[in-house]
Amino acid sequence: MSENISGKIVKVAGPVVVAEEMGGSRMYDVVRVGEENLIGEIVELHGDCASIQVYEDTVGIGPGEKVVNTGAPLSVELGPGLISSIYDGIQRPLDQLYDLQGSYIKRGSAIPGLNRETKWEFKPTIENGTKVFGGDIVGEVQESTLLLHKIMVPAGVTGTVEGLNAGSFTVEEVIGNVVGDDGNRTELKLMQKWAVRTPRMSKKRLAPNEILVTGQRVVDAFFPIAKGGTACVPGPFGTGKTVVQHQLAKWVNADVVVYVGCGERGNEMTDVLMEFPELIDPHSGEPLMKRVVLLANTSDMPVAAREASVYTGITIAEYFRDMGYSVALMADSTSRWAEAMREISTRLEEMPAEEGYPAYLGARIASFYERAGRVVCTGSPNREGALSIIGAVSPPGGDLSDSVVQATLHVVKVFWSLQGRLAQQRHFPAIDWLTSYSFYKQYLKDVFEDVDKGEEMAKMSQLSMILLEQEAELAEIVRLVGAESISAKDRMVLETCKSIREDFLHQNAFHKVDTHTSIDKQYEILKSILHLHEQGLAAIKRGVEASEIFALKVREEIARSSFIPEKELAKVAGIRDTIDVQMKALSS
Amino acid sequence: MLKEYQTVSEIYGPLMLVEGVEGAKYGEIVDIEIGDGSMRHGQILQVDRDKVMVQIFEGTEGIDAENTKVRFLGKPMEFGVSPDILGRVFDGIGKPKDGGPAVIAKKRMNINGNPINPYARNFPNQFIQTGISTIDGLNPLVRGQKLPIFSGAGLPHDEITAQLARQATVRGEGESFAVVFAAMGITFEAAQFFIDDLTDTGAIERAVMFINLANDPAIERIATPRMALTAAEYLAFEEGMQVLVILNDMTNYCEALREISAARKEVPGRRGYPGYLYTDLATIYERAGRLKGKDGSITMIPVLTMPEDDKTHPVPDLTGYITEGQIIMSRALHRKSISPPVDVLPSLSRLKDKGIGEDKTREDHADLYNQLYAAYARGKEAQELATILGEAALSPEDQKYMKFADEFEARYISQGYYENRTIEVTLDLGWELLSMFDDSELKRIDVELIKKYMPKFRK
Repeated sequence: MSENISGKIVKVAGPVVVAEEMGGSRMYDVVRVGEENLIGEIVELHGDCASIQVYEDTVGIGPGEKVVNTGAPLSVELGPGLISSIYDGIQRPLDQLYDLQGSYIKRGSAIPGLNRETKWEFKPTIENGTKVFGGDIVGEVQESTLLLHKIMVPAGVTGTVEGLNAGSFTVEEVIGNVVGDDGNRTELKLMQKWAVRTPRMSKKRLAPNEILVTGQRVVDAFFPIAKGGTACVPGPFGTGKTVVQHQLAKWVNADVVVYVGCGERGNEMTDVLMEFPELIDPHSGEPLMKRVVLLANTSDMPVAAREASVYTGITIAEYFRDMGYSVALMADSTSRWAEAMREISTRLEEMPAEEGYPAYLGARIASFYERAGRVVCTGSPNREGALSIIGAVSPPGGDLSDSVVQATLHVVKVFWSLQGRLAQQRHFPAIDWLTSYSFYKQYLKDVFEDVDKGEEMAKMSQLSMILLEQEAELAEIVRLVGAESISAKDRMVLETCKSIREDFLHQNAFHKVDTHTSIDKQYEILKSILHLHEQGLAAIKRGVEASEIFALKVREEIARSSFIPEKELAKVAGIRDTIDVQMKALSS
Repeated sequence: MLKEYQTVSEIYGPLMLVEGVEGAKYGEIVDIEIGDGSMRHGQILQVDRDKVMVQIFEGTEGIDAENTKVRFLGKPMEFGVSPDILGRVFDGIGKPKDGGPAVIAKKRMNINGNPINPYARNFPNQFIQTGISTIDGLNPLVRGQKLPIFSGAGLPHDEITAQLARQATVRGEGESFAVVFAAMGITFEAAQFFIDDLTDTGAIERAVMFINLANDPAIERIATPRMALTAAEYLAFEEGMQVLVILNDMTNYCEALREISAARKEVPGRRGYPGYLYTDLATIYERAGRLKGKDGSITMIPVLTMPEDDKTHPVPDLTGYITEGQIIMSRALHRKSISPPVDVLPSLSRLKDKGIGEDKTREDHADLYNQLYAAYARGKEAQELATILGEAALSPEDQKYMKFADEFEARYISQGYYENRTIEVTLDLGWELLSMFDDSELKRIDVELIKKYMPKFRK
């Protein structure tokens, strides 16, 4: 064991500290550095010299101070109490740090991730005497009104359950025992630990086959993400990456949302902290916060902890996936994570690859996104879980040839391309419909219970994309020769596309109705827009003047249809009758 | 008794290597006495066994390896604070520069600060009236926000920052207000303009200045913004004042950082700037904000000049990723003598939605800026089209939008540096300009609001 190995600092350079007399240490062991017991992690070993990335500010640390190995890799505590928490990058609860230290984060405090005092009502779901394996569910805790926390046997533990009782327990109290065939007893607790850099196991990986509904029209109808899928949102600053991430965190139909604020603005995290508890989940009527775990390692917090935050987040997400839930993880922003890697790499004096990033950048990004997926969870009862990852990328100057963007595009299946041009036109979400893509589009039709409706939605989505493509071509011509010189039919296409863009793709995240649109309402709005298109083309064929069609009053109704509350869905469908009436009036 | 070392082994760029040092700590400050008896100041960048790398704020000119004495002070760089710092002028590393006596410090604070616990932050949502329509109406500033001004060489960023410092108020509150001004590598003229402006309005009594001019040592600039923010933190969170911090010019700060990085032979990132530029800037910008349980606030206006007006240059780019929006100056508007020449379309205040609305400004504010923005964007497109096709070729609709854009620039954007408009004046001006359109064209405004605020419906 590498526990209690104690060495001495010989070098300090920013967040990297080198210590000697560390022989016997293992890579990624957590160490305590200096007199103030700063938390660090071994990232390189040379003989008995260890290079350590320190998760806290190293000012005032110098050669000669001690370094003590804890003998364990960086781990998270998993159990009841995670939901509604806000952690830093290494799972220290920020609310408790605030109570302890005040407004600023000071050094050397180790607060456990899970509260040791809270008692949880535990109900067993299996009988004593049952033979169990790692991953089997032994009981449940109702952690929040939205989440039933399943208590699982830790990985690698096998045997017969004894002494399992219902009752009120803290996360450290023994809830029962597992007695192995060799007579070894393992205590069962509500809490288990897991090393963050090791993916949690599953029985079998499955391909994603179901859409994760987000309530965002451009996403759901055109570039959907699947349960267990991966997506990335790259864009220059000011294009609304964070708003997209927040919107998804709020409205996505996942059971658990893990939000990792990685090297971003402090005020944005405060926004999440203040806004989420007030938002009500449209599906359950409960506060959204009751299914959210927040990790905030803002840009002014130490970089090494930023590097770890992404792993801490995904491990927590995997844990909930293993209970059989659909989990969505938002990482904002993976570029800051990559920069943290770069900074540590520079201090380790590693040979850089492109733009100073370490050569393993691509591999790290790929293995992070690979931890997403739909799986058959280990253990009984048999259950499926899914983990979706949505990563924001902040390329310098919005340049998509940036190493982080490119490495991410290699692995993700959905690409939402945010454009500065659209943001400048205040078209939000500024997702470019021409360059974005999704590999999960074929599952869109299955969202609807009604098979025909599903097929129709898929067709409408396809038709809209064709029209938008046509619009791009026509726009070129119009720019050169003016709108008057193209055919009435083409002008109808332009008008319809304008309507698709402004009335469907554009969505106001800050409007209380528009912020979220159910898939049924999306269907109705799109259908109305395309119905007008169809009727318009038919009218033009009959010889109706195009400008008369464009002047129809009903178009204003379409424009405001996204603000009609979900309860009055019939009103949206009713627009089509109005279209027919007004069209008829034209031709007579 | 502090040990003195005479073991300087290498001097290169702004750095110096001292050997045989015992007990040095990362980040501690250093006093350096050079051959002629004068003193310089430095900070430890790296400790490797007994070898210490020191960055020297005043530069290495005139330092020799043999006669230089180095003392390690065993503490990080500090600034002595007390309410007496108000009205004073300091140099880039916090020494009085106005000929006045040294400040008797109530306490000494580490200038590097500590990261703010995100949980301790209070969300910025109090509207600051700046009296500038393009900011108040379209990109409202709120208390605790960091909103940079992206400018370029030859653009009037000094005038607009002075106007902000002069006019910014939270209405209906008689709270104590202070300005902290950090000059990094700007010209004497630019600094003096600002000082004179504050003196004229009497605001100088409530200002703290840290001045590092263009001919002052470049490395000193690394410490200057941190000095300023330490003073700001003290005034805001211990004295309960509303502090406006102006950092001018951050591009010069970044260049000083680049100089050190190059001297350390670090792997450069884009344009030679170090890979940790983002993190370094974040430790400055993120010190703005409001804290739970504290009355004061720090609102920050960093000014930076974009080389060749290029927004994708690393300094504006990384700044934009950290700050909550940006105000961009337009050379084209400046040439048209429109002042302040705020380029409305790419400018953005991310916190605008939090600071406006019924109880804060007025209920029509959000819809109104969306509509003004959309109409102006359309008008600008028409303007561009007109330069290609000629105005006559535009559709009547496009012509109308073009006319709107012209009016908007002439009346809404252009107001001069000494007109202080209330938010009501700004909002009503917006309605007046929009009255040239049919109501049905104003798609982004709620019908009820049009009925209430459009001039023709008002009694």
